[in-house]
Amino acid sequence: MPAMEVITHVNYWAAIILASTGLYAVIARTNLIKKLIGLSLFQTSVFLLFITVGKVSNATAPILSDLHQVYSNPLPHVLILTAIVVSVSTLAVGLALTIVIKKEFGSVEEDELEALQDSQTKEAKLALESDRE
Amino acid sequence: MITNHLSILLVVLPLLAAPVCVLLKHHTIAWAFSTLISWSLFAISILLLIHVLEFGSISYHLGGWAPPFGIEYRLDTLNAFLLLIVTAITAIITPYALKSVAAEISAKRHNLFYAVYLLSITGFLGIISTGDVFNIYVFMEISSLASYVLISLGSSRDATVSAFRYLIIGTIGATFLLIGIGLLYMMTGTLNITDLSERILLSPDMRPIFAAFAFITVGIFIKLALFPLHIWLPNAYTYAPSIISAYLAAIATKVAAYLLLRFVFTLFGKDFAFNEIPLMEILLSLSLLAIIIGSSVAAFQNDLKRLFAYSSIGQIGYLCVGISFASVTGLTGAIVHMFNHAVMKGGIFLAIGYLVYSTGSSDLRTLNGIGRKMPYTTAALVIGGLGLIGIPGTSGFVSKWYLVQAALEADLWPVAIIILLGSLLALIYVGRVIEAAYFQPVPEEDLFQPNAQWQMIVPIWLLISASIYFGIHTDITIPIAENAAQLLVGLEP
Repeated sequence: MPAMEVITHVNYWAAIILASTGLYAVIARTNLIKKLIGLSLFQTSVFLLFITVGKVSNATAPILSDLHQVYSNPLPHVLILTAIVVSVSTLAVGLALTIVIKKEFGSVEEDELEALQDSQTKEAKLALESDRE
Repeated sequence: MITNHLSILLVVLPLLAAPVCVLLKHHTIAWAFSTLISWSLFAISILLLIHVLEFGSISYHLGGWAPPFGIEYRLDTLNAFLLLIVTAITAIITPYALKSVAAEISAKRHNLFYAVYLLSITGFLGIISTGDVFNIYVFMEISSLASYVLISLGSSRDATVSAFRYLIIGTIGATFLLIGIGLLYMMTGTLNITDLSERILLSPDMRPIFAAFAFITVGIFIKLALFPLHIWLPNAYTYAPSIISAYLAAIATKVAAYLLLRFVFTLFGKDFAFNEIPLMEILLSLSLLAIIIGSSVAAFQNDLKRLFAYSSIGQIGYLCVGISFASVTGLTGAIVHMFNHAVMKGGIFLAIGYLVYSTGSSDLRTLNGIGRKMPYTTAALVIGGLGLIGIPGTSGFVSKWYLVQAALEADLWPVAIIILLGSLLALIYVGRVIEAAYFQPVPEEDLFQPNAQWQMIVPIWLLISASIYFGIHTDITIPIAENAAQLLVGLEP
């Protein structure tokens, strides 16, 4: 039953939808901030995937107790704590770069940046000079 | 045993040195400190390599927790050799930083530059040493984040834009790797490479393993800048500060190539990667395209840094050709080429950096007749370029010799022809450099007088002489590479 499969694997579907949305935003958006939002979304979807893997059905939180026999796997949570730190740092570096780009170029739109870059203006200048000669 | 602890010291030393650099306000002190650290790392990695060659691989258990539950640092011939490449290059190029960084980066950021530089070394050394796949992801992000920052410090304002683009693409690559690691963990319940390699074929369902393989290899291809995932590389190398161009060109892609070898051969195993999945066909076709397209595009570039960045894309193609054969000869060629290319490209980018330092430009059109004004630096650049072509007597010849032999062994003579065609294309772009440097008249209004900076010339010539030395004396590099290759394909050396 395909409908049942979707419901029992809802976390995986959520991860796939989030990942696709994030990647789409990274590729399709020209605004640097929106790209970073997409990137964060993409990374978060992977966290969801990891956390889902750690879930054991009918299990409780991994705290030793006489009442319970089956525990969830705590390792993915620990891994994701580290991955969250990595993701936050990436976002911080990305935003810091965006601030510098805004200061230097006065824009955070990728298509505008393309035209403003020094390499473009320099090439145009050199081409003009060689024309004069 | 102290030798065992050396493997962790190699990663911890630059990690702890980085915050110290933040506190050292004076540029010369921060530089001297980083140079000291980089030479200590070099010494440690020589000791480690000697130990590994003599007594076999080292397994270090972090915090005393035995693998597969604890994190293991595992050094065999391949890692130990890669550690040597990375630390040797950093030891040679760090002294160069004193003048180069002073000229290109604003004074209040000097100590921060060295801090980030040491962090990126930590990341690269960590990726190579660790035997834990999640650890690889974390170290990869440490090195990448540091690289983004280092690239953005370039003197042109375009540097920030190229750093941003690299950040986007690099993070997608690293996240792909993380997805692959998640899928592997899901099916096997372990993160240790040795443990994974045993359990992977016992997985109840192979489909997630196939998906993991796809995610991991594509993630590594992005980091490796294998055609067609190379878009980030030319801009990153062109706008980074000169020393960082040399550093990344020599080291970053080699570490990614190491990861490819480690994942494909040690973790997934040769049989799975080459029989279950047509990795050879995929890798071979992409790398041949990389050789032809990378080298052809290089021939049309006017900026020296960009020219040799595209040449790097071609050279990465050579590396992957060697890997795709999955034979001892091919892998030996690939591993030796990692070393030789690191030495040659490091030397070339340092020489370009010195040209930029003296003339303020890396554009070929403004460097006419530079061979007469700066004969030593230009000669170094040209000798490095001859190495990229693969002229006999340079180290580039040795690696190409092995690659062509491997192609003939595999009965793929068209591949051998394309490898040689790649050399012809290299002849064109190196020829353009020679033409501009020696056969063009010096512009009349040109008044600049180069003043020799020995801190910059000595590292350039150390690397360039090494590229000639290892082209003539192959008795150090080849046996090590052969040993590593035999271990990878599962033969006892």
